[in-house]
Amino acid sequence: MRIFTCLKEVPHRDTRYQITAEGTGIVETDLTFEISECDEYSLEEALKLKEKHDGEVTILTVGRERSERSIRKGLSMGADRAILVADNESKASNPHAVALVLSEILRSEQYDLLLLGTHSDDFNYGQTGVILAELLGLPHATIVMEIQVDVNNQTVRAMREMENGWFEWVEMSMPAVLTIQAGISKVRYPSLRGIMQAKKKEIKKIDLSSLELNLESVPQLEISKLYFPESVSSAEILKGDSSAVVAELVERLKKEAKVL
Amino acid sequence: MSDKIYVLIDHENGQIATSSLESLSFGRELSRELRMSLCAFVLGHKVQGVADKLASESVDTVILVQDSKLGQYDPDYYCEAICQIMAKDSPYILLMGHTYQNIDLAPKLAARLNTALVTGCKGYRRQEETLLFVRQMFHNQLNADVFIKSAHPWIITMQPGAIDVDNSQRVNTEIVEGVVNLSAVVRCRQSLEIFEAIRVKVDLSRAERIVAVGRGIQEANNLKIIEDLAEELGAEIAASRPVVDNEWLGRERQIGSSGQTVSPRLYLACGISGAVQHIVGMKNSECIVAINIDPNAPIFNIATYGIVGDICEVVPELTKRLKVVRKS
Repeated sequence: MRIFTCLKEVPHRDTRYQITAEGTGIVETDLTFEISECDEYSLEEALKLKEKHDGEVTILTVGRERSERSIRKGLSMGADRAILVADNESKASNPHAVALVLSEILRSEQYDLLLLGTHSDDFNYGQTGVILAELLGLPHATIVMEIQVDVNNQTVRAMREMENGWFEWVEMSMPAVLTIQAGISKVRYPSLRGIMQAKKKEIKKIDLSSLELNLESVPQLEISKLYFPESVSSAEILKGDSSAVVAELVERLKKEAKVL
Repeated sequence: MSDKIYVLIDHENGQIATSSLESLSFGRELSRELRMSLCAFVLGHKVQGVADKLASESVDTVILVQDSKLGQYDPDYYCEAICQIMAKDSPYILLMGHTYQNIDLAPKLAARLNTALVTGCKGYRRQEETLLFVRQMFHNQLNADVFIKSAHPWIITMQPGAIDVDNSQRVNTEIVEGVVNLSAVVRCRQSLEIFEAIRVKVDLSRAERIVAVGRGIQEANNLKIIEDLAEELGAEIAASRPVVDNEWLGRERQIGSSGQTVSPRLYLACGISGAVQHIVGMKNSECIVAINIDPNAPIFNIATYGIVGDICEVVPELTKRLKVVRKS
């Protein structure tokens, strides 16, 4: 089985964001990066399928060269190889453009499944996987919680999440695109052996410009302004040590809010 | 391209989804701002009732597309049906709720039409002639004003809970039959089974008081403090998604876009950061108390009262205090 899993590097979840002077981006100096949460789960699903059905997992990244660090972590977890399309000027910074780049790379690759995160922690558009499926003419399922593959029949079943606690099992023939929801399993830690082995695994680097893609031919989204939401909070933040603060809270809940 | 704002309506068993009512409200705002007409767009099978309901929703037109193949959501059928209708009359903007269904559908439409899609929109801004769409980014901490540099139609999905449903007045609504031909569509995804994953039903919407716990509890062993508090308050226990994903509490206790929506008199959010997917399920609670170690947690933006602190310290203190007050 051949599985490609897309991996994007994003600022660490505990980042205290700062906006640049131009007001259209975040300050990147001194930032720590990590694999976008949904992409971690996507990689975990790919590795589980590889273990069950025997196969190869390739990590595919469109991003800055620093992404190599996160890719190496993915290789340490058990992926076999990686392809990094280096986009250091962030030219492919919206979903259509990224999907176009991915489709171009995948044209010369063989695969049964393409896994992507449902959304990324930075821009959070949640579109790339489905756009990619349409560009490649492949079936897709989103917000996938569970995957079952029938290698003999070349079909895949996916459990997708719907509103209000409802779920749907769907079936598609492979190759297919699945976007993976976060939190659906336990993401494995790289073992020491995995880390050592990862050093020998190939990260093929391709420069975005060498693909000669017309990124202007797809819809463009641009950030006009990035900012902290105005705090519309009228929350009474109670201050003091634990016992003083709870005493005040209980008093207010009784007398002011009248909910006790 | 016409001077129309289309709103794709999510509906189930003849009922219009709240997210669609919110999208209609947003569409109404936009149509007034841009002086365009508002058009509700319904796909389904035997859904005349939905169209009739929409007639009282202050829309200029309802396009009703009925076909047996549209009885249940399928991305291939829905995408083709929408494209056929829009080929005859392409709107300026197509709106819809940012629901799990539309997360599955909208990007396919956008790719098919090679048109821009902005997801999870919370509002808009006007900068002279430019429309900017407001949405969240970067771990839900920042707002971005996004502008679209490509041709219409633009597709926008609306973040559930972000727009208030306004009181609309009846206008003369025209219901128009939209005809589509889906015979050539190859459906590449089969629906096998649809089910509700809740074994035990707990109707949290009836609870007057709820103590909800989030990732801040850190481990299942700590849940005892939440149970004690809930017992003292006579409250139901609820959870945000990460707690359910870790299987510390069952899915039947989940509050948010993938779980239940509640509006109790008292909602205690313990160690819940306030991600938008959770907020949408409890923001209409009468009195919200947030306890979180992070002073920047978004939950404080909607709380009535807030305590910045470690729930493992504050919650037992609170239970203790409530016992004292009850006895006196």
